This record gives sequence, C-alpha cells and structure tokens, in this order.
Amino acid sequence: MSVSAKLRELLREHGQPPREVYFDLENSGWVPPEIVEAMLPYFNMRGFGHPSITHKPGWEALEVLYEAKELVARTLGAGSLEEITFTHSGTEANNLAILGYLLANRGKGGKVVVSAVEHLSVIFPAEFAEKLLGFKVLRIPVDSEGFVDPEVLKNYVDRETVLVSVQAVNHEIGTVQPLKELVDVVKAANPDAVFHTDAADAYGWIDIDVEKLGVDMLTLSGHKVHGPRGVGALYVREGVKLESPLRGQLSAEKLWPGVENVPLIAGFKRAVELLFENLERNILYVKGLRDKLMSGILERVPHVLVNGPLDEKRAPNNANLSFLYVEGEALTVELSMRGIYVSSGSACSSRILEPSHVLLAIGRKHEEAHGSILFKLSRYHKPQDVDYALEEIPKAVARLRAISSLATVQVAPT
Amino acid sequence: MEIFRYPRNLGPMEDATVVESAGSPACGDMIKLYLKVGEGDVIEKATFESYGCAANIATASILTEMVKGKSLREAWQVSWKQLSDELGGLPPIKYHCSILAVGALKRAIRAYYSAKSERPEWLPEALTLEEKQVMEEEEMMERYYKALGSAGSASKAGETGERE
Repeated sequence: MSVSAKLRELLREHGQPPREVYFDLENSGWVPPEIVEAMLPYFNMRGFGHPSITHKPGWEALEVLYEAKELVARTLGAGSLEEITFTHSGTEANNLAILGYLLANRGKGGKVVVSAVEHLSVIFPAEFAEKLLGFKVLRIPVDSEGFVDPEVLKNYVDRETVLVSVQAVNHEIGTVQPLKELVDVVKAANPDAVFHTDAADAYGWIDIDVEKLGVDMLTLSGHKVHGPRGVGALYVREGVKLESPLRGQLSAEKLWPGVENVPLIAGFKRAVELLFENLERNILYVKGLRDKLMSGILERVPHVLVNGPLDEKRAPNNANLSFLYVEGEALTVELSMRGIYVSSGSACSSRILEPSHVLLAIGRKHEEAHGSILFKLSRYHKPQDVDYALEEIPKAVARLRAISSLATVQVAPT
Repeated sequence: MEIFRYPRNLGPMEDATVVESAGSPACGDMIKLYLKVGEGDVIEKATFESYGCAANIATASILTEMVKGKSLREAWQVSWKQLSDELGGLPPIKYHCSILAVGALKRAIRAYYSAKSERPEWLPEALTLEEKQVMEEEEMMERYYKALGSAGSASKAGETGERE
C-alpha cells in the first residue's frame, strides 16, 4: 500500500471528534483568514512579478517587500530597513546568521559559543562550520529550567570568541533568557565577538529591541506569529559582514539568492501588524489561558512534571509537561483522536529516535523526556478550547497509564 | 489505529506461568508479556502491558493474538518481520517495536524452559536477532546513564513543579 493510501485509511479511521483544538503552534499552525487575505492579491492580482525587474508587477512586489522590511525594522527598534533580510524560513535565517558570519571570517580560526538548548537550525550549522571551516564550537550548559547563567557564559568567552548564539526564548520550554546580561558579559569579555539571538519564539511575547539589547543578529520566523510557513527574517546590524552560504542570482535581497517569496512576505507583514495590535492585552489573555491549562492539568492528573521555569521567566504562550509512565507519541495519537493536537519531545516522535535535546540538557531523564507534551497557545484560542482540553487530557492519560507496564510495576497512579 | 484504540489481551495476568519484559523506559519503549502455558506446552493465554508509542501497543496486541493457541515451539518461529507484516507493514523507523515484542516473547519462552531446567532440541543456545537487538538497546541506555553519572554534569534533574 502506498504511503498516501495508508494515510487516507488512517484519516478515515481517525473519525471526527466533537471539538478540535490545535495546540501545536511550535511545529506549525493555521493561518487565520485575515492573513491569508493579505497574501492572495500577490499571487495573481498585483506584485506577482520579480521584485528586482523594472516593470509594474515587479515594482509592486518590491513595494510590499520594503513595507514589510520597514515594519519589521520598526518593531525591532532597528536603525534601518536595510538591516532586515527575508529568507524562506526561520531555519534559513539561522543558517545565514551562523554560516554567513563564519564564512565571512573563515581562515582566522576562533571559537563559536552556542547554548545547549538552541534550536537545531543553530546547533547544526555551528557543528557544520566546525567540521568545514575549522572553528571550535563550545556548548554552554543550562540550569534545570533552561537558563544560561551570565556568570557561566563569562567563562566561555575570550579574545578568540568570534560568535555567540543564545536564543531569546526557548522554543520547547519557554525559558526567557536574560539576554541583556548575556550580551553585556560577551561584549565586556570581547567587544569584537558578534552576538546572534534566535528570537522566533520571543517575537510578540517579550519586548525585543535590538538597540537596548545590543544584539548584532536576530532571527524571526513567519509561522511562529500565525503567518505562513516559508518566510523568515534575519536582522543584521549595519557593519556586521556576512557571506551568504547560498549561491545563485541575487535579487532585492543581497544576502539570500532566489526569488523573494513576495506573497508570503505580504502575509508575514499582515501577521506582524496584527501581532502588535493590542499586544499587551493579548499577552495577558494568552497567559490567562495558559495558566488555566497548566494548573488545570496539574490539579487533575497525578505524576506530572513541569518542564521549564514557572512565573514571569516563562513565555506566556508555552506549557510543557511530562506525563510520567506514558510515552509521549502514544499520547499525541490518543489526544488526536479526541481532537486535541499537540507534539511530544519523545524519541518516537523524532526521526532520529532521540528524545528532545532541550529536555536532556535541563537534566530530564530519558523516560521523563519521552512523556513530554508541548502546548503552545495564541490569541486565537478560546476559553472553551482549554475547558475541552482539561476534560479530555485526564481521560487520555488514564487510558494509556492503564496499558502501561510502568504504572503497575512502579507506582500505581492514584 | 483501531488496534491502538482497542488493543486486545491487555493487562497483567494473575495466573501467568511466565512473565518477561523487554526494553526499558529510558529507550522510550518497554513491553511486558504474560503467558499462561498449559498441557503440551501450548500457550493458553497471552496478555501484555506496554509503555510505548502507538506502534508498540499495536504490535504487542497483535503478537498476543498470533501466539494464542500455539505451542511454544510454533511461537518461537514468529519473527519480527512476520509480526510487522501482520500489522500491514511497519515503517522502518518503527521496526524496533516489532523486534521488541518478539524479543520479549523469545525471552519468555527461554525463561519457561529454564525454570523447568529443560532445553528442547529446537531451542537454539545462540541468541536470536531480536534478542540481540533488544539487549543492545538496553545496554546502550545503561552505558548512557553510567556516562552521565560519572560526568555528573546534567544530572541535577529539575524538580520544578513536581507533584506526587
């Protein structure tokens, strides 16, 4: 049976649950109609031309591209819109930052410092540069809540350090890093070291100002803000030189070849406009829902660990819990049949059969990481979505614990 | 999907003749197999418990169905590939679920005979492919934890919000 035929069968058997709630905004998500609407004209009505060709559809494309750069630059407190480069994903923006900076500085040797909980699109390019370009990569450990301690970072930075990359907010456990302090210790130890931050999960949740923070490069991703997939952005401070790791015809973007994804950039722009409308109120609203979800689960389900920090040091949209004695992938399937869509840091969910490197880095044991479930909320969730989840999750966990060989040999769930 | 939702032969068995498990929670997969062996070394009843993914639960459920009524000698012949085919073919990344289930079965059969201090001539001394694989997986995790313990670095597990 072909893969598509198997999937058709699987979806037919899945059936239609009474309510559907999508909490997997980490991995991707739906694009709200008002954002899709902003993209549609650029497919075939206007601006569908190549943005660097001199005709009307090209100029219209360039216009929206520059409007988007201006908007993003303004929201980041960047000095000039020339400092914003659009790529075709957040992964590409991280690759451009890490590989692009190291390519421009190859031959000089030196150290690259990344945190142990970075997104793989930061860790892998750093390791690639180590193999290919001869840089030495150091991974800074984090504490049990995922924080990089500025005092620890200090020990990793010296005159040989060329690049430091620490994310603003962790994508799995929501840890809000003390970014300003981290930048300060790096710059104090070595003013020439460049600081990159992956802010894909911070944008719209915490205050990000490149001037106040003093970061040199910063990554954003479209689908993390309800925009479309297929668009990312990198802020590069004026004066920081990169060499693109990608080769091809350059267009309006000087660092990223390939025709700009103009309709998607128009969608990203609309997503950013909406993100910053009623920002404070939306953050409080989402935090309220998240708190209700997290404390509701802890009240109703025994043997649950919270992964990551509590209180203000946790991004307001993130809940990550380990349900002991159940395996996370089985729980994602069980919850899917109840209409609740989440993801897991379990090894079974990954294609390399290794549990989440973030959870292992904060000291979670394998079996704790395997039972982890990640929820991400947004202003589009309704209180009823959380109520429904709180009804179904205890039932789903109880069913899998009844099957579990661990629950009976170790501790019978109460 | 149907088997995951309604697994058969689920749960511990009080009058089991032999109980064996394979895998470890650290690998993310563990199955515990209960067999009731009767007259003529025939499996009268087989049940399981599983800490594992959907595929793990489904393979264990199918295996218990497959071996019910079989003699231990017949059951020994079941290979991970047969079990996978019985499920309509597992994707390669899930092969280990089938290997784990068959590994537990083979361990149970060996345990049954070693408890009786018997060894039928059809039961090879050398470990089968499935048993070796399961052992490797278990040993890998053991080594990992030893290495972690001696390094002592990341081992301060966060107790944040733990509720018991």
